[in-house]
Amino acid sequence: MTGSLWRLLLRALTSPSGRLGAIVIALLTLFVFVAPWLLPDPSAMPDLVAGALPPGAGHPFGTDQLNRDILSRVVTGGQISLSVAGLAVLLAVTLGALVGGLAGFAGGWLDSALMRLVDGALAIPRLFILLMLVAVWEQMPLGALVLVLGATGWFATSRIVRGEVLRLRNAEFVLAATALGAGPGRIILRHLLPNVAGPLLVAATLGVGDVILLEAGLSYLGIGVRPPTPSWGSMILDARPLLTTAPWTSIFPGLAIAITVLAVNLFGDALRGALDPRSA
Amino acid sequence: MTALLEVEDLRITFPTRSGTSHPVDGVSFSVARGELLALVGESGCGKSLTSLALLRLVPPPGQIVPGSAIRLEGTDVLALAPAALRSIRGRRIGMIFQDPMTSLNPVFTIADQISESVRAHQRMSKRAARARALELLQEVGIPDPVERLDNYPHQLSGGMRQRVMIAIALASEPELLIADEPTTALDVTVQAQILELLDSLRAARGMAVLLITHDLGIVAGRADRVAVMYAGRLVEEATTAELFARPSHPYTKGLLASVPRLTGAVTRLQPIAGTVPAPTAWPAGCRFHPRCPASLPRCATDDPPALAVGDGHRMRCWLAETGRP
Amino acid sequence: MTRWLARRALQAVLTFAVVTVLLFVLMRLTPGDPLQRLEGDRQLSAEAAAALRHRFGIDQPLSTQFGDFLGGVVRGDLGVSIEHYPTKVSTLVLSRLPASLLLGGTVLLLTFGIGITLGVYQAVHRGRRLDHWLTNSSLALYAMPSFWLGLVLAWFFGIRLHLLPVAQMHDPLLGANASWLVRAGDVARHLILPAATLTAVSLAAVMRYQRTALLEVLRLDFVLAARARGLPERQVLWRHAWRNALFPVVGLLGLWLPILVTGSVFVEQVFNWPGLGSLAADAVSARDYPVILGTAMLVSAQVLLGGFLADVAYYALDPRVRGA
Repeated sequence: MTGSLWRLLLRALTSPSGRLGAIVIALLTLFVFVAPWLLPDPSAMPDLVAGALPPGAGHPFGTDQLNRDILSRVVTGGQISLSVAGLAVLLAVTLGALVGGLAGFAGGWLDSALMRLVDGALAIPRLFILLMLVAVWEQMPLGALVLVLGATGWFATSRIVRGEVLRLRNAEFVLAATALGAGPGRIILRHLLPNVAGPLLVAATLGVGDVILLEAGLSYLGIGVRPPTPSWGSMILDARPLLTTAPWTSIFPGLAIAITVLAVNLFGDALRGALDPRSA
Repeated sequence: MTALLEVEDLRITFPTRSGTSHPVDGVSFSVARGELLALVGESGCGKSLTSLALLRLVPPPGQIVPGSAIRLEGTDVLALAPAALRSIRGRRIGMIFQDPMTSLNPVFTIADQISESVRAHQRMSKRAARARALELLQEVGIPDPVERLDNYPHQLSGGMRQRVMIAIALASEPELLIADEPTTALDVTVQAQILELLDSLRAARGMAVLLITHDLGIVAGRADRVAVMYAGRLVEEATTAELFARPSHPYTKGLLASVPRLTGAVTRLQPIAGTVPAPTAWPAGCRFHPRCPASLPRCATDDPPALAVGDGHRMRCWLAETGRP
Repeated sequence: MTRWLARRALQAVLTFAVVTVLLFVLMRLTPGDPLQRLEGDRQLSAEAAAALRHRFGIDQPLSTQFGDFLGGVVRGDLGVSIEHYPTKVSTLVLSRLPASLLLGGTVLLLTFGIGITLGVYQAVHRGRRLDHWLTNSSLALYAMPSFWLGLVLAWFFGIRLHLLPVAQMHDPLLGANASWLVRAGDVARHLILPAATLTAVSLAAVMRYQRTALLEVLRLDFVLAARARGLPERQVLWRHAWRNALFPVVGLLGLWLPILVTGSVFVEQVFNWPGLGSLAADAVSARDYPVILGTAMLVSAQVLLGGFLADVAYYALDPRVRGA
């Protein structure tokens, strides 16, 4: 299975946009987790008097209304956003695989019930599900945000996995394998997983982009990553009153989001193209 | 009879990852007015591409190599401007395809599709076109044609869809009808009906037909002449009677031998040994020689040109020089 | 309507029932207190607070709560707003609906109109530089948070260039006796930036779907057959190919609505456009849970309706579905 995943990754890297996406992701991740050692402390003494300074010496992205270095905050915010997104997607994909696999194998009323549930959940825009859960949650810990994001992201994935399971249950090579004495565990491992691994990886990658945008949106509304933890979304929220006087306070965090999501989507797209060349 | 269609040295190339492919590599033949020429060969020999080339419909990145010539009553088809080309397509040369289900647009009615064809090449009101569509449906022998006009393709059986295809192709009175495997996707009984239909239409309209098929069986008794294609070239060409009476090229003989017979002694089927070579790597010398039971040493190095074997009978085989085995 | 359409309608209704249950469960799941703001900011009297608690059934067993909730939904009663007590949630929601529909409808037309055109263009010119450039640009726009893009556009066109208005739906200074034409023009001007923002981030999906669908159809036999009949290329492309490549794009209508709704929460908030999105955003800052619940229910209904409309479109466009 890892072999086919590896080949998928390599094939995705043959497209120029896939390569670009991968490189940017790698650089970003590296930068965001290494740079803090090289930059000023983002939670240094807030200085209201000095206020927001435009990009210049010592502050490549300028400073915000409390004279905190924006680059440092973007970097720390990046750590948070990337970690939250990565963990949430991991949770979502796992849940989706479990539920989808269960539905596909079990069949019958359990399958129908689960799929009805998924239909309903997909009808409610994900943002609203999140609002229902976190809007009135005072002092929500970061871990809870990850949980909630993950718990709301498995619906589409479960359909994919269920589809694969159904397809494979009736596939001739599975019948052949069973006739040769393979048990369900072996079939899952050797036949099912390699077939779903690809689509799951694509869904996961593209899911990271969606979660980053959702988390930023929630933080912009004040209910995502809670202060004082920095987040790209809440930086944009804080920057709203400064839109006319200090536009750089909004521009850089937003650019950070856009570039990250774009890179992730480019790579995810390349993966999808590697999986099914006809869609290229 | 003067030739309606002349094809000279047609070559088509395709760029592929493993090099340039030459699926059609020097094909020459002609079709006379009102004649039915059968182009016979296995899949992969290039016959469908040849037929597409006649209307310049070779799908990109395939290309017709310069130096090829296709002439419709003297007019060079390959040099035509787009507007002139479009006036040939459908109007002077019609085409029907193998799978009638996928060759008809699923979202338009039969009447719509036939009328569209009619009005593509002549000014006609919608009502008149619809009336013409009805006539055509009757001509191709569709029962309850009035009902069928407003049906959609998925409501018709395979045989009826093929008749509709023929009706559409006939809409502008073409002089030549190219039929690319018209019966392959149909049941055996329906096959016979469609071929009968083509015959009667040919007789009624004086229309020439280029019949592309892999099935020698349907050719007997219908075609005026037969051309056998292999590995991008014609390997034998003769009148039907002559070809069946005196098949000369080892490949033709092999084809005839592998057709199961319902009458006569029960014998083993004789398949042709080996497999069809890939169009990116045609064998050197005679292309058939690796599979030929009668190959001479010469065949591995020298590519035979078309040699006469009898009256109107040619083949690409060195055996023509040394006499029949 | 045939059985097929009726069945789809029934499915939509059933799914909405599931939505209702899910929303109830979510409401009970959230660790926060939906009515927490009752005492603190609202300065409601003790009786009013108790009445609200009773109204929301907080003091009753779960099954009764659910029963009341369902009954309310069926009656169209979605409770009472906390922030705007005692205004009913349904009143608030309905008052915002027209503005939402105006913005949403405009964005729908623009997104599908532009998206389809560009997608077709991309398919026809597949592999060329413009094709790649269009894909990458639409992806870049999709990657931008809608609220950020809105802010950037507002700053650039509204504040820097003073070209377009950036707040609300009308100019409050417009005289009461201004003609309806002037009023319409005013609303249109206010519509430009929010609609442009939402359209920009939504284009990528439509373009992608249309491009892929058309590429697949162009490969099919009947397209070749149409060309072989001497039909002009434009007719082959639009009447034969595109007509068959519409289906996935129509299906996208149902899938894309959640994206529109989500985006509108942020964009309406940025531009102060008085629709359902800003209602939800305001309710979030005010911790007005009943309004959040009410809007959630309404947008889910919108999504399901959109999906059903897509089904109707399939029915109209595809004779095979009609079982004709």
